[in-house]
Amino acid sequence: MRVLVTGASGLLGRAVAQRLLDDGHAVRTLQRRSSGVAGAVDALGSLTDDDAVRRAVRDIDAVVHLAAKVSFAGAAADFEAVNVEGTRRLLAAAQRAGVRDVVFVSSPSVAHFGSSIVGAGAGTADPVRARGNYARTKAAAELLALAADAPGFRVAAVRPHIVWGPGDTQLVERVLDRARSGRLPLLGHGAALIDTTYIDNAASAITAALHRMDLAHGQALVVTNGEPRPVGELIQQICAAGGAPAPRLRVPGALARAAGAVVEVAWSVRPGQDEPPMTRFLAEQLSTAHWFDQQHTRRVLDWVPEVSLDEGLQRLRDHYGA
Amino acid sequence: MVADPWPGVSASWSRYIDVPSSAGIDPAGTSHRWHILDNAGELNGRTPVGTLLCVHGNPTWSYLWRTVLAAGATTDQPWRVIAVDQLDMGYSERTGTFRRLADRITDLGDLTAALQLTGPVVTAGHDWGGAISLGWALAHQDQLAGIVLTNTAVWQPPQYGIPPALQLALHPAVHSWGTVTTPAFLQVTHALAHPALAPEVRKAFRAPYRTASRRAGVGNFVADIPVGPEHPSYAALTGVADGIRGLNVPALLLWGPRDPVFSDRYLRDLICRLPAARVHRFEGAGHLLHEDVDVAAAVLDWLDDTQSGASMPDGKLMTDTTRHASAAEITPTTDVIERAPRSDFRPLGAELERRRDEKSPAVVDMAPRGTGRKTTTAPRILSWAQLHRNVQELAVGLTAAGVRPGSRVSLLVPPGSELTALIYACVRLGAVVVLADAGLGPKGLSRAVQGAGPDFVIGIERALLAARAFGWPGVRISLEPLPRPARVALQVRTSLLELTAGAATAVGPSGLPPLPDPDSLAAVLFTSGSTGPAKGVLYTQRQLAAMRDTLAATYDLRAGTALVAGFAPFALLGPALGATSVTPDMDVTAPRTLRAQTLAAAVAAIDATAVFLSPAALRNVLDTAADLGPADRNALAGVSLLLSAGAPVPATLLEAAAELLPAARLHTPYGMTEALPVTDIELADILAAEAAAAAGEVPGAGNGVCVGRSVPGVQVAVSPLDATGQPSPALSTEAGITGEIVVQAPHAKNGYDRLWLTQRTSDSVKGWHRTGDVGHFDAEGRLWVEGRLAHVITTASGVLTPVAGEQLAESVPGIRRAAVVGVGPAGRQVPVAVVETSPAVSSPALAPAALSARLRHAFASSPALRPVASLPVASPPEASHRATVAVVPLAAVLVVPDLPTDIRHNAKVDRARLSAWASGVLAGGRLGRP
Repeated sequence: MRVLVTGASGLLGRAVAQRLLDDGHAVRTLQRRSSGVAGAVDALGSLTDDDAVRRAVRDIDAVVHLAAKVSFAGAAADFEAVNVEGTRRLLAAAQRAGVRDVVFVSSPSVAHFGSSIVGAGAGTADPVRARGNYARTKAAAELLALAADAPGFRVAAVRPHIVWGPGDTQLVERVLDRARSGRLPLLGHGAALIDTTYIDNAASAITAALHRMDLAHGQALVVTNGEPRPVGELIQQICAAGGAPAPRLRVPGALARAAGAVVEVAWSVRPGQDEPPMTRFLAEQLSTAHWFDQQHTRRVLDWVPEVSLDEGLQRLRDHYGA
Repeated sequence: MVADPWPGVSASWSRYIDVPSSAGIDPAGTSHRWHILDNAGELNGRTPVGTLLCVHGNPTWSYLWRTVLAAGATTDQPWRVIAVDQLDMGYSERTGTFRRLADRITDLGDLTAALQLTGPVVTAGHDWGGAISLGWALAHQDQLAGIVLTNTAVWQPPQYGIPPALQLALHPAVHSWGTVTTPAFLQVTHALAHPALAPEVRKAFRAPYRTASRRAGVGNFVADIPVGPEHPSYAALTGVADGIRGLNVPALLLWGPRDPVFSDRYLRDLICRLPAARVHRFEGAGHLLHEDVDVAAAVLDWLDDTQSGASMPDGKLMTDTTRHASAAEITPTTDVIERAPRSDFRPLGAELERRRDEKSPAVVDMAPRGTGRKTTTAPRILSWAQLHRNVQELAVGLTAAGVRPGSRVSLLVPPGSELTALIYACVRLGAVVVLADAGLGPKGLSRAVQGAGPDFVIGIERALLAARAFGWPGVRISLEPLPRPARVALQVRTSLLELTAGAATAVGPSGLPPLPDPDSLAAVLFTSGSTGPAKGVLYTQRQLAAMRDTLAATYDLRAGTALVAGFAPFALLGPALGATSVTPDMDVTAPRTLRAQTLAAAVAAIDATAVFLSPAALRNVLDTAADLGPADRNALAGVSLLLSAGAPVPATLLEAAAELLPAARLHTPYGMTEALPVTDIELADILAAEAAAAAGEVPGAGNGVCVGRSVPGVQVAVSPLDATGQPSPALSTEAGITGEIVVQAPHAKNGYDRLWLTQRTSDSVKGWHRTGDVGHFDAEGRLWVEGRLAHVITTASGVLTPVAGEQLAESVPGIRRAAVVGVGPAGRQVPVAVVETSPAVSSPALAPAALSARLRHAFASSPALRPVASLPVASPPEASHRATVAVVPLAAVLVVPDLPTDIRHNAKVDRARLSAWASGVLAGGRLGRP
């Protein structure tokens, strides 16, 4: 199978591309900088560029679309251009080029509206109620993608929840950085249960989707390790694995959410280089439960996570030599 | 009128009908427009089993019955349900007349005539609608197939006043203002729901009564309550009250005890009139019962049981022969368990009777008596002859006081010779002993006594104080004569001393009634109430005698044994066994305070060979063993049997006891208030079973607490759990198959007291008592208990039971006690450990990282959280899939200062409450105390 992986320079994109190669597929990647995946053919370019996208999908059987603007802050227009319009452009080009299958990699945040999620299913993406520019634009893009699902052009959405692992800059490095500089607060009592996904499991679920498109098409599937754990315990374990001190500062969840809202507004007025220290979205993510029912996903994908949470944490420890 | 939306009501139900009136108050030719709710249109051509005619009270309307209408239309055996709005009420016509009870009964008949109701009709009435529905029932006995009553009354007992709440509403200064001019009466009534009514429901209840002119009927209803024989409706109500005694149809009484008007006394009155009625008291629910609990499900279940396939007049399942027993409300009529043949019955008092002339000790009290300088510390010893005489005198005295066969007598007397004599006197008379113990806690005790509704309360002064304060029913009798002021204040009728003094000179034993029927009720015992209100458990004379015989057979307790009576109910069986029994000097409300020396003194007093102790008492005895002198130890060395029960008894506790009681066999029976004992095991067997589990050599060994094998005469099986954690009907004794434990025993309960729904569930496996415990057998026939059915954890990969995980957690250093509970929606739950630590934490929190790590490590290498093998596999038997299914990871560890437990044993953890608490915390909610 000839597969196009967009966004292969990220942690998950790289893992997906590598896995496809290992399985014997031909892999082309599309992103602005080199994917660094040996054996893959990089078609450098942006999702905002018609030509680059058209070239990338030529002679391709299946597309795994991961490329997105991922951030807790930033101008709405930037998110819109990449996440929504980029997806629309990619889908149109793929359809024209005769691509058979598309796996749209999404996020459970497209259906998270602030309250806790306790053992629930995927839920429907809602660009109006989703929190923050990233989730809102991913929600709109997911709706676009699933609407394009048709006989001969099968589209499925896979939503890995909080992907982490060695080399992860989104969660692990950010937690460790803040912990090392003493700026990592623990929100609330830290007992809220959250689901996460070890990187290898997220990659294997996405490749499983490519093989199960007959069942998965038209659906959005949340993917996690299926091992919800208190957020406080998880953060402590990540800190321990990375050799950073455990967070000692405790901030009430409600206060953090309120502060996050203020900071969010301030950052949108005068966006800086760095991510804001706290957004309402992040505060909600870290102080309310969100864990999912994985039975449907596992049945549809005929997939189970290979790496348990504790095994993943061990690999993280090995990575940091802790 | 129908423009307003009424939540829960289908628009198709609501309709109007013009009905010619034959009521005396109306001139001939009058017709009235009625509003009714009728689900006939939703039956979709299916023929209903019959019609349920529902009558509301004051100040509600047909809306009250909406859930019954919905359920009647959707059930497999459909019922047409018609709920009426009485005239001047709801959306029916405002007639401008004052319609009294007799008119309203006629009105209802006019309506059903106009509706041309044919086929069997079951009436249902709430509040004053009860009397009206019964009036209709008496007038239509040809079609009557059953009656349902909820929080109502048909009679005003003369010895009680009108309930204070109604007195107020009837007061001339208040009546019109409170009921008509203002909506106060409506508002007060609507505020009686628990929990409070949703705003839209409250609005619907008020909708037809928005203006004073629409509330005239509300006021007239209140004014029509017959307060005395001179009241115009007195005759009509008396006619109904007397008439229903002759009704020969199934009856269902559903009751919310938190009702300021229709309190338990009215329920008891109705039970007297309808002795065959099924009764369920919903503890915690109140006057608006329909809003508090699922009345519809209860009614439909009852209709299924009594009416399915009913065709007039064969639908009347109850016959006269089922109505004689005073507690027939719970005696199954069609599914009576085959009991031991009658000839086997030996009355509980037989041994006492046989030894009536013996001078050797029968019962000994170690507690000092009297106060101040008059205190006597010498043990009180009653010989068999003395005990026999006391029992006789008490029986005569109680008879003189009005106690009759079937009378309920609540005994609030601490364990000892007085309590023993009272129990045997009541059992001799055929009175029903109500034994609520202080171990239920003050609130639980009060609920238990109120619920059992005793005719007599015999108690120590403190208990009578509570009786007065909580308004417990029944004639109050003190142990010793009280000074007159106390007697008046506590409303105490007499004292036992006076009763027995009279008895000695007066009637004599010849005045006693004949020996009671072996199958009549003898006792109400209470469950520990660890998960909700304590339940009253009914025993017959035969079942109590069977408990005695099972104990004797299991532990070789023969006449001449001397035993220390440390816990009920075994302690009460000493005289029945022909054994000498001694009550140690202990605070029975706190078994944890029994000291080793106190026990040794009791043993020495009668050279006891057997000791019955609760685990809590045993623990403290061991903790205080250092105080023992050589003489004490010598006495204890003579003990040949230790029996500890009531809560799980860890092997370590028994091992420690072995040092103190070197000659004793150390036994712990398994059972429950409803059947005790079920199985038994002794220390050596516990150790062997645990070794087998550790070695993995016996299929099924492990995953729970081993409780041994069934005792003589008892059958045990499991009702295997399905994938959703529910028991399935086919029973199994196969090794390794987890299910709800079910029991057959001659000494198993007769039923639950005024808890028909609970009884129905516990009997749903025909001929067996469902214990509510889950467990499995091993290949050597030993039973392993895994927890409570209500506490199983249903995960995405299967069903988990809590006990094995809790045992494992408690083996982790730093953890004193643990509970494993499920969090999340059914079928997708994750297991969470909630633990008490040593030293204890000061407030609940997420467990420290190190503790979580230790626990996770322990669980990762243990099968404790592996889903259970549920439904039996065909072959081979040991091919349980349990071995191949992955262990479910622990989601979280929470630490708490202490786990919520029952008061009686301080051992049974309320996992349901913990689960709800943990669910909130782990969803990111507030971290309060569980």
